[in-house]
Amino acid sequence: MKFAILVNEGPYQHQAADSAYQFTRAALERGHEIYRVFFYHDGVNNGTRLATPPQDDRHITTLWSELADEHGLDLVVCVAAAQRRGVVDEDEMKRNGKDANNIAPGFRISGLGQLIEAGIQADRTMVFGD
Amino acid sequence: MNEESGKVKRFLYINRRAPYGSIYALESLEVVLIGAAFEQDVSVMFLDDGVYQLKKGQDTTGIGMKNFSPTYKALGDYDINKIYVEKESLEERGLTTDDLLNLTWEDEDDDYEEKPSIRVLSRTDLTDVLENQDVILNF
Amino acid sequence: MPILHTVNKTPFERNSLQRCLSMASDGSSVLLIEDGALGAVAGTSMESVVSAAVGRLKIFVLGPDLAARGMDEARVIAGIGVVDYGGFVDLAAEHSTVQAWL
Repeated sequence: MKFAILVNEGPYQHQAADSAYQFTRAALERGHEIYRVFFYHDGVNNGTRLATPPQDDRHITTLWSELADEHGLDLVVCVAAAQRRGVVDEDEMKRNGKDANNIAPGFRISGLGQLIEAGIQADRTMVFGD
Repeated sequence: MNEESGKVKRFLYINRRAPYGSIYALESLEVVLIGAAFEQDVSVMFLDDGVYQLKKGQDTTGIGMKNFSPTYKALGDYDINKIYVEKESLEERGLTTDDLLNLTWEDEDDDYEEKPSIRVLSRTDLTDVLENQDVILNF
Repeated sequence: MPILHTVNKTPFERNSLQRCLSMASDGSSVLLIEDGALGAVAGTSMESVVSAAVGRLKIFVLGPDLAARGMDEARVIAGIGVVDYGGFVDLAAEHSTVQAWL
């Protein structure tokens, strides 16, 4: 089965990002395919590499990056939501005249069309939010 | 996009929150409009406080936020004309259809006659709508 | 195929569980996750509402979310099944669509 995952909330603020991660991992363990993980609303904040959470707790962004690396996952951060909230890659940095970028490894910034396309191509779409 | 896959799925967008108190109303509308380009079978549902998103006469000058309610009028231009509003949610909030934006679409199969897009239905009828979807997005 | 509904908030914080139960067709499944798992615990003022739905709907609760909140599985309302994340995945795969009540 192919799953599309939509993450609507940022790391730590709500459990959504954790639930999405745990679900994604369990789905992969069961041999399913994750078509795409799409981050929207504050969910884009999962994609910053500048977070320094306490060392004795999970590092949500790193968990996503590592899972993506291990399984070749497509982690997509919505460009419009990212612009609003300051999650930036090199292209966006140049395009919008910013002096820095902060996208985490394994994440890419793209349009909302990627969410719709994932919904069309996947067998099941899971939504995790507040 | 759609031509390659040929797939047409039934997409339902559910809105349950009032506008401006959070960004969900605005950003979910953005998904609906972008999604329109993919020529899927789209329905948009307003339940609970979501019905407030369609309230006419929104004036946001005092709160310093952009009034995005005119954007709902564009839905008809993108062939999104299945806009469901729950009757019970309106009644609980003391609202009637007169309080809502006049959203319309042009039926090209009927001489481009302008028709209302909003369908006020009971919870029971909306349960049937919910049962017949392929992808359901909540914000 | 029936729908899988998920509910992630307690019935005391938000109306999502009530909304879900009122719009879930007979034979569909409901999975209580995150704070929503607390809606599966017996002895609350919402117990009768949830119990009444057991049988008409297949109701499940995510065990890890119960444990995190200090709730023993023995406190779960009779007839509610406890699943882990693997079970969550299976439920999603076994149903035609998933509706996430937030």
